[in-house]
Order: sequence, then C-alpha cells, then structure tokens
Amino acid sequence: MRQFDYKRATDTDGAIQAHAGQAAAYLAGGTTLIDLVKLDVMQPERMVDVNRLALSNIEDADDGRLRIGATVRNTALAYDDRVKRDYTVLSEALLQGASRQLRNRATTAGNVMQRVRCSYFRDGISPCNKREPGTGCSAIEGVNREVFAVLGTSEHCIAVHPSDMCVAMAAIGATVEVQGPNGTREIAFGDFHKMPGNTPHIEHELAEDELITHVTLDAPIEDAGSTYVKLRDRSSYQFALASCAAIVALDGDVIREVRLALGGVGTKPWRCSQAEEQLVGAAANEENFAQAARLAMQDATPYKHNAYKIPLARKAITQALKDATARAGNGGSI
Amino acid sequence: MSQTTIGSAVARVDGFDKLTGRARYAADFHPEGMAHAYGVYSTISRGRIVSIDTSIADGMPGVIEIFHHDNFPTLHRSPASFPEENMVDELRTPFEDDVVHYAGQFVALVVADTFEHARDAAYRVKASYDADSAAANLAQGLEGGVTEANRTERGDADSAFDSAEVKVDATYTTPVETHNPMEMHATTARWANGKLIVHESTQGVIFARNTLAKNFDLDPSQIEVHADYIGSGFGGKLWLWPHSLATCAVARELGRPVQFMLPRQNMFTTSGHRPETSQHIQLGAKTDGTLTSIIHDSINSTSSINTFVEACGGSTSSLYASDALRVSHATAQVARGTPTPMRAPGAGVGLFALESAMDELAIALDMDPLELRRQNFTATDPSDGKPWSSNHMLECYDRAAERFGWADRNPQVGSMRDGDWLIGQGVAACNWDAMRNPCDARVTLRPDGSATVHCATQDIGTGTYTIIAQTAADTLGIDIGRIHVAIGDSTFPHGQISGGSWATASILPAIVGACKAAADKLVEYAANDGAPMAGADTDDLLFEAGVVKNGRGDQATPADILEPQKLAHAIGDFHSDGSPEDGYAYGSFGVNFVEIGWNPNTAQLKVRRVVSSIDAGAIMNDATARSQVEGAIVMGLGAAMFEATEYDERTGRPVNNNYAEYLVPVNADMPELDVILLNHPDYHLNELGARGIGEIGLTGVQAAVANAVYHATGKRIRDLPITLDKIMDETA
Ligand SMILES: Cc1cc2nc3c(=O)[nH]c(=O)nc-3n(C[C@H](O)[C@H](O)[C@H](O)COP(=O)(O)OP(=O)(O)OC[C@H]3O[C@@H](n4cnc5c(N)ncnc54)[C@H](O)[C@@H]3O)c2cc1C
Ligand code: SF4
Repeated sequence: MRQFDYKRATDTDGAIQAHAGQAAAYLAGGTTLIDLVKLDVMQPERMVDVNRLALSNIEDADDGRLRIGATVRNTALAYDDRVKRDYTVLSEALLQGASRQLRNRATTAGNVMQRVRCSYFRDGISPCNKREPGTGCSAIEGVNREVFAVLGTSEHCIAVHPSDMCVAMAAIGATVEVQGPNGTREIAFGDFHKMPGNTPHIEHELAEDELITHVTLDAPIEDAGSTYVKLRDRSSYQFALASCAAIVALDGDVIREVRLALGGVGTKPWRCSQAEEQLVGAAANEENFAQAARLAMQDATPYKHNAYKIPLARKAITQALKDATARAGNGGSI
Repeated sequence: MSQTTIGSAVARVDGFDKLTGRARYAADFHPEGMAHAYGVYSTISRGRIVSIDTSIADGMPGVIEIFHHDNFPTLHRSPASFPEENMVDELRTPFEDDVVHYAGQFVALVVADTFEHARDAAYRVKASYDADSAAANLAQGLEGGVTEANRTERGDADSAFDSAEVKVDATYTTPVETHNPMEMHATTARWANGKLIVHESTQGVIFARNTLAKNFDLDPSQIEVHADYIGSGFGGKLWLWPHSLATCAVARELGRPVQFMLPRQNMFTTSGHRPETSQHIQLGAKTDGTLTSIIHDSINSTSSINTFVEACGGSTSSLYASDALRVSHATAQVARGTPTPMRAPGAGVGLFALESAMDELAIALDMDPLELRRQNFTATDPSDGKPWSSNHMLECYDRAAERFGWADRNPQVGSMRDGDWLIGQGVAACNWDAMRNPCDARVTLRPDGSATVHCATQDIGTGTYTIIAQTAADTLGIDIGRIHVAIGDSTFPHGQISGGSWATASILPAIVGACKAAADKLVEYAANDGAPMAGADTDDLLFEAGVVKNGRGDQATPADILEPQKLAHAIGDFHSDGSPEDGYAYGSFGVNFVEIGWNPNTAQLKVRRVVSSIDAGAIMNDATARSQVEGAIVMGLGAAMFEATEYDERTGRPVNNNYAEYLVPVNADMPELDVILLNHPDYHLNELGARGIGEIGLTGVQAAVANAVYHATGKRIRDLPITLDKIMDETA
C-alpha cells in the first residue's frame, strides 16, 4: 500500500475540485478500492472521500422513475419499499451479492464502478492488458472457470463484469447522472460500461474527474413480474457463474413486454435485446423461454474452463423467465 | 467426586475472554520497540534468483532493513524428527541459498517500523530470476518419475482381484486443499538476555521450541514459546514454517522485537497444504458381497524440498476383512511448497476413494451399500490380527440408518424427488486412529481452595481448556470455577501437540494423575507436626471434595493445612505414557449418511441432511465434542463440493488465493446436521475411556456426497470437488 493523501469532501463541487489534477480516486464504501490499494493494484495518490456528500437519498423522480443517490448503500437500496415493490429484480440481485457486511458498506456508484475479479489482474504481477495495457492477457490460456466471460470478450480481455446490481439495472433500464469540472450530464446505463475490445483498460464512459451523483431507474413496467436467478457453486458469498435478471409483463398468455439481462457471462452487464424481441408477442411457455435462451447464448465464445457457462446461462434464463412470468399480473397461468 | 462434569455440555471456560476480546493471539502482542516484517515472494516456480534490487525500497519511509539470501544470518536445519519433537515439513531454512523451489517461496523480508511501511516497501523490491521449467501439477509431476514410499501386503491381492467374481477398478483424484483457519500464521519474537521469547500461532509449543532450539543452536531452556490462544490450524500449524524462523532470526539481528503475519494469499504457498492425490482402487468380491481383494495404490504430490506422504490407504488395511490386500503409497515432485498434514490426513482423502469404490461395488453386486459394509465388518484389525479394544461400528450403522430413514430409500437411480429437485442418498464409513502419547502435567493446590493445572499443550479452539478444567474439577471434587488452566507455554511440563486426535487421550490421564499426586501431597502435609491431622497415618486420610478427611468425621481445608505450616501450596506432578502395548488394536469408527438435492433445471446441488454416528470412546464434553464432529462434517462437505487450490499451469502460482475465490461452505450451504455420539468408553486406552474426536467426522463425507450424487443423477464423480458443471445436464 502506497502512501496517499486523504480529502473528505462535503459537497460535489469540492469533491471534483479535490480530485482534479491528481492521480485521485473517489472513496465510497472502499470494498473494492481499499482492497485493490492494499494489493498495490490501484495506486491513487489521493483519495477523495465522498461518503459525506448529500447523495444518500432515494427519491421519486418525474415520470414514475426512481432516483438513487451515489452513496446509497446496497443494503438500504435492497430494502427500500419502492424497490422491493416495483423493482423486485433489483432487490433480489443486491441481496444475492457479496455478504451482508459488504452490502452494508458498498454504495450504488461504487458497485457500478467495481473492478473485475480476474486473479491475474489482482495479483499485480501477471501480464494483464487491463492493469498494464499491451502486456497481454494471462487469463485466456490460464485458469478461467469462474469470473470469466463468454460474451463480449476479445483477444485482449475476457474478465466478467462482476456486479449483480448492474445486471438488474441493465434489465430495468437506467440513467447514470454524472458531474464533472464542466457541469453535469447523463449517460444511458446500457452505454456506461464498455466491452474490452482492444482497450480493456477503458472500462466505462466516465471522463477524468467525473463523479457519479445518481442512478435513475426507468419507470417500472406495469403489472410486470421480475426476478434475479443467480447460479454459483456455493449458495452465498460468491460471484455469479451465470445469472439472469428477467422482467416479464403479460397480456393473457402472451408476453407483452420483457427485459432480460445476464451476469457472470458478459464483459459488461449483458442485455439480451435479440432474445427480448423474439419473446415479445410470443406465448409465455417453456419452449419459447428455452428458444430465447438459445438465442441469447448463440454468439458465446467458450474458453478453456468456462464452456459450461453457456448451458448454465441458458438454464438461468429459462428459470428466470419462468419465475418472472409466474409473478406477472394480468396474465393467464403457466 | 462431588459432582461430575465430564461428559456434560459444560460451557467453554475461555468463552468469556474470547467473546470480549480479552483473549490475546500471537499478533496481539506488541512488545516495546517492535518492528514489522513483510515478505517478498518468488513469482517463478523453479530456478535461481539472479539479483534482488532493493534500491527503491531501501529509501522508503520506515524501512529498517531488507533481508535476503545474500545478507541473511546462517541458520541450522532442524533434523525434522517426530520422536525428537522437532518435526518440520519444509526442511530448508529461509534464504538458505538462491534456489527457488516453488512460487511463493520467500525471496526477501522487509523490516520496517509499521506493517504498512513494510508492505509498501516489499512491493518495491525487485527480484530477477533465471527460471527453469517445472511440474505444475501431479499429472506433470508423474512424468518426472514416481517414488514408492511404502507398501503393505496380505496374500496375493493381484491374483485374488483377477479371479474375483465381481470387480471394481477405478481411479479417484483429489485436488490440493489449503488450510484456511480464521487466524493466519503469526509470529511475535523478541530476544532478552540470550533468551528467545516467541508468541506463535502453533498447534505445538513444545515442537516449536525444540525446532527453534535446533535452528538457533540453543538449549531448549533458552526458548519460550507461547500460544495462549490459537484461531485454529487444521494441521497447518503443527510444525514451524519459514516465516517463524525468519522472524526470530531478524529480531536477533536487529536487536528488537519483530512481528510477522502471513497474509492470506501466502497461506496458499508457504505454510503447507493437503497434496493432490491420484488413487487407484481395485476391489474384488464374491457375488454374496464378501471382499476377496482390496488394492489401494495412491500417489500424491510432494515438493522438491521434502517427501511428504499422504497416507491415503491408512484406513484401508484395517477397515474391512479381506484375505488379500495391497496398500501402497508413492509420491511425485511438483513445484509447490511441501505439503503438510491437514485435518484427517490420509483417510480424509483416502476414504473418498475407498468408500466411493465400495458404493460402486454395491451397485455392481446389486446390493444395499450399507449391507455390503456390514457384511465385511471385521471384529479384529486385519492388519495385525489384534482384537479391537472397542469397536461399535455396527451400532453406528444401525443407529444412524434408523435416524436417517435409510430403509425408505429407493435404490433406483433418479427415483426420489421433491418438486423440481431430484433426491440422492448416500452412505460412507468413517474411520480414524486412536492413540495416546506421553504427557506430563502439574497440579498446584492453594490455600484459597483453588487449583492450577500446568501443561505445555494448547487449545486450538477445540475445547482443550474446558475439558482439562472439567477433568481437574471432577478428580479433585472442587468447583470448576476454582480451576485455573495454564497451557500454551513451552516452559510448562511437557505436553502434547494438538493434532492427530490424540490430545485428549494423552493429556487427560496426566491431569488425573497430577490431581491425585497433588491431593496425596496435601494429605501428607495434613499429617505433619503442627498440622490439623498431625500424626495420623496418611493411609487413613482421604482427599475428597477439596478437603482432607479422616475416618472420624474431621476435615481440614487446604488453608487449614498449608497456612499454619507457612506453605504456599501442595504440588503434584505426573507423567502418563503413550499407547499401551496390550494386544489390542485401537481405532475410532463411524458412518455418515448424506442426502443431496439436485435441480436439473438450474444445475444446483445442495446437501439437505447429514446424519452421522460416531464411536470415539467416552465423550468428555457433549458440546465441544459435537462441535468437533459438526465442524469436521462441514469441512468434509467443503472438500466434497467446493475446496480446491487452483494453480496456473504456466507459472505454478495459485490463482484463487483468497476467501472470496477459495470456496469453503457458508451458512447458506449448511444442511441439517444430526450427530449421534455413541459414548462407549474405551478403558483399554486410558482410565477416562476417551479417544479423540477432532478428525473422524471429516472422513468419508466426500464419498457419502459422491454416492448420493450418483443416486440422484446417475453420474459417478471420481474427481473432487463435485462442482455443478461436472454433473450438469447440458441438454437444457
Ligand atoms: C469479497 C467480496 C465479494 C463480493 N461479492 C460480490 C457479489 O457477489 N456481487 C456483486 O455484485 N459484488 C460483489 N462484490 C463487490 C462489491 O459489490 C463492490 O466492492 C462494491 O459494490 C463497491 O462499492 P464501494 O462503495 O465499496 O466502492 P469503492 O470501493 O469505494 O469504490 C469502487 C470504485 O468506484 C469509484 N467510485 C466510488 N464512488 C464513486 C462515485 N460517486 N463516482 C465515481 N466513481 C466512484 C472508486 O474510485 C473506485 O474506483 C464483492 C466484493 C468483495 C470484496
Ligand atoms: S482477462 Fe482482462 S483483467 Fe484478466 S488478465 Fe486478461 S486482460 Fe487482465
């Protein structure tokens, strides 16, 4: 752990100012940042503590949307009544992430910004294009059973984006509000995280010094049922091997609207638009769910130890669609 | 005895100190002027160190000194003798030369004023290497050659197998497992007036002292090793590892106390592990299920530093009757640190193979797997023909089977169901050694009616403090609150390591003996001139319920006896011997029944129930004994389904070296555990009838899970751990 200096910000302008012109990092819950600083993988010279900023509220926004402050803790978000009622998938995704102690610390913005769990990235010494651009990717020919993707990979990086929360947000649809030295702007959630391509060290759309202030969820889909299915070796406290966030709204036995996003298999929170398109207007039955699952995974690329993720993700999708459908109002029974 | 606490669920006497944080562990000691050490570890798995560049690190804040093979003081190797109690598994002393044997080997040690400064500087030490290729796993190690360590034979096992009516022939493999106790290894060392005083997280203060005496060419009396509390070790803390020697050495060089804590990621490289195994089992039987041949040939990975033999077949030669048998053990070198015992070494992985094969045999015979085991039960130890001192295996089978509801099991694969979940039920036997080793203890009775027990053993969290207090309270007939247990200090009378499940059976007889000797001493003092029972014949006096009594109804307290004579105390010392040579074979026995659920739609595998019945002699404390068995089952379930240290084949470096990625069971994985302790005393082993209970619960758990998985899925998994991808139905 290198020496760094520490500034506690009390308002967003102050935070951005303190960040500017430095090799700085915003410090929220610290569950990613401090860990990686101890491992000498992240080496900020300054930490700007954002925990005192007035960003810890969950507020109703216009058009039935829900605006979540950057420092709202994962636990608080998961147990918020509006989230439990209107965004069940998000509450469930949060509660299946990490452990209770971590969720009590982890913040909304920190979760969006969490780094990959690739052991070659974390060891500080292996060739890794994300940590040291141009050095190569140790994972492609290495041990890659667990936190490695089959979707959105490139020959430069195959690490999964490990968040559960973000998978639910990708399904719901959201806007990331950011503030920088030149004012505020909004980024669509689906555009926020980047696939590795040949620049795996560029992980998101945030510009230098920009601060996430809020994530605003799209209005809930009327009468929809939703769920998050997370598959892993042990029952808790493990990143997803494959997961699926599903939101289903019915019109009788027919799917009126559907959202599908995957975790554990993509280099970013993975929205399955093609499968969604195919499901809309189709009967909500297992055959169509399985068909959608095949479509969602048809372009997947397996690596040495993670080929099993392709059928596993298909199972997660089918199960999530089944469970979300069972919860949807206005529909027949399946 | 005024009251009997032995056997009941007496609360841990150290519970309050642990709960309130008063219990101090090795790294909780901060002697005046203490510096902190942090390691630099090899990134290659075989080769030589070409250079170590400390130019940046030397100038970093707080750095006191950076040690490596060019400037490290010369240490002596320990003879690594178990009988001499200076056993080590890593024979090489740290920084001995420039040779690298495994990734994660120490190449430098930075000492600084704070832990953070030491770590920061350690990251800036740059080592360059001349790397050689090396075997990164057992499969590669086999190509380099296999060395047989030992073999046991009865009859002609090969021809008996060849001519058997029904056969099973299969190879089972198990991965490296890493000891992951909550408390990481830690050493706090200081030198004072030529004496070395060490707080060490160790399972054996005596072994640690004797080893350091060899390393530093000192008399053992010049060394004190303290281990008041240990956050467990699982075998990884039986013997000392390089960091302990290195910490003591640099404390001497620098003339100030030094503390070292082994980071979690380095627990995966420099402090032992359970080796990888490949076990070839061949079972031959008659059509009625009688075993006619048992062959168990195993190979395990070892290091280039030392040969460690995992005794996979340790239980195999004794568990079942068979006229023909071969058990052999061999090793192959892999570029990793030396393995070391991990809870239930040998049988822990060996019974996965044997008890899986027994299940496969039962299926081949179309016979109930429990019935097959009953049929091959042996009332004498077939390895030496001796009768068992006490073996209630058949009762274990009966009681656990009944509790589990084994009779209701439908043997048809995939026939049992609960909603979306297919149910599988499996059974496997457990077995562990029973033995005792020599032990000394001292008991001191004081005028205030209290007693102190001294013994150089330690409590690694199992309950040793508590059962010593119970034993002393019962033997002396005084309240357990008046007993002080003083352990975890190598200057106390010679005690045993906390390992091998022999601590209880070894220590308690010494405690009983020392209590009686102290009572005799008080009786002797009671009859002195000027004492309450002056002139009495000591044969007519009796120590009971904390007081000395004569036949006439008079009684004298310790104060009545000691104070008029101006005596501080009455002391009793006792030495108890090792296992008796009395014509009996000793062992502990049991069985695990496991029920799993498998959801083919989601590939999820869950253990639903475990019923376990254990015959481990008299139970000293129902709560701590039960915790040991339950904890061992949890570890067994972890080994069955999750645990595996994964190494990068190119670098030999472990990749899942942290608590997030090295998976052990969490609460959400826990099934209902139902443990039946038979509690039949084994009075041949000692007067308390106690054997040991720390390890047996783990043995056979993996096989019971594998057998249950087969019952649900029809898939026979012979390679641990049984992860969801291995049994997944891919058609979905
Ligand atoms: C052992 C372990 C297990 C875990 N398991 C899971 C799991 O199963 N599922 C899962 O989803 N997650 C899991 N996590 C990850 C956890 O969810 C994240 O670490 C956490 O959400 C990060 O939030 P934080 O507030 O602690 O972020 P910090 O660590 O404080 O920050 C993380 C990053 O975000 C940046 N940052 C923080 N706030 C802002 C802001 N307002 N604007 C711009 N940048 C910002 C920081 O500079 C840093 O780069 C696990 C973590 C650990 C350590
Ligand atoms: S997968 Fe990505 S993070 Fe991991 S080694 Fe390759 S480039 Fe680095």
